[in-house]
Amino acid sequence: MIYHLTVLLLCQLAGEFLSQSLNLVVPGPVVGMVILLGLFMLLPKLAMAVQPTALGLLSHLSLLFVPAGVGIVGHLDKLGSDGVPILFALAASTALAITVGALVFVGMSRLVERRK
Amino acid sequence: MNALPEIWTYLRQEPLLWLSATLLAYAVGDTVFLKSGKRPYMNPVLIAVSLLALLLWVTDVSYPTYFEGAKFVHFMLGPATVALAAPLYANLDKVRAAALPMFAALIAGSVTAIVSVLAIAYAFGVRGEILLSLAPKSVTAPVALGISESIGGSPTLTAVLVILTGVMGAVMATPLLNLLGIKDWRARGFALGVASHGIGTARAFQVNETAGAFAGIGMGLNAILTALIVPLIIQIFA
Repeated sequence: MIYHLTVLLLCQLAGEFLSQSLNLVVPGPVVGMVILLGLFMLLPKLAMAVQPTALGLLSHLSLLFVPAGVGIVGHLDKLGSDGVPILFALAASTALAITVGALVFVGMSRLVERRK
Repeated sequence: MNALPEIWTYLRQEPLLWLSATLLAYAVGDTVFLKSGKRPYMNPVLIAVSLLALLLWVTDVSYPTYFEGAKFVHFMLGPATVALAAPLYANLDKVRAAALPMFAALIAGSVTAIVSVLAIAYAFGVRGEILLSLAPKSVTAPVALGISESIGGSPTLTAVLVILTGVMGAVMATPLLNLLGIKDWRARGFALGVASHGIGTARAFQVNETAGAFAGIGMGLNAILTALIVPLIIQIFA
């Protein structure tokens, strides 16, 4: 498990290095994800080995957002007098984005299926 | 032997206590979530954050002191993002086959997220720095903060808005998508990842591994697209 974690950290490190040196908008860990995917495709054995650790970490992905979540509680007053409209705008916009995204996905995949 | 108040004074400054408290609060949240039959509004993040915020308030401990312990958990966000390669690899055939639907849903979902939040807030009279801080709210935090800063928003406020958006998406996704009658796990996960970044992705993984994989891709791609189009879209509202 420690070896697998080392693989993840080294990919993140390489991603961070690329992101910083090339001034990318994409953050280091996302670049690291692409690097690891590339490694998996080159070395299927590595994928077999790292897969359980990676999936184990992801099954508790929610936990990792808790510290940042606690941090925002003290800043909720920053919404100020605009608090209610902002919360409404966030909720409505999130619902719209999920709806539009999912409907377009389904619609487009039907179009693709039909053309085959 | 030290008196209890002295031991407490010592422990409340120690990372160990706050790291333990973070894991324990999450365990409580996760248990409540599982016992509820995975009800989306019993969100483990929401429960854990509420418990910890209450605990810090009662014990009068500052956030920086808390974070000295919690930072070890926070740090794992980086490796966990890298770990998204695993479900992506496991679902590679499905991902390849869905390239076109993903591309279309990415553009539609991303533009909808940005334009609708700006339009609704603008209609309510929100202007200036606060309005600009809203624009990147659907994107994973490190990218959102960068975008916010570059367009003249407040990164601190954006951090708050990003987390709120994530929790809202995680809570509403299942009932909303059921209502729409969408059964395709790829579509459900992808739309949630685009709209609600990592917290939405975490929710998707709780439900279905394919949904989680597609949510992770949606999150990653939307970080790139939003960074490119937000500077153009805000000009409409300037």
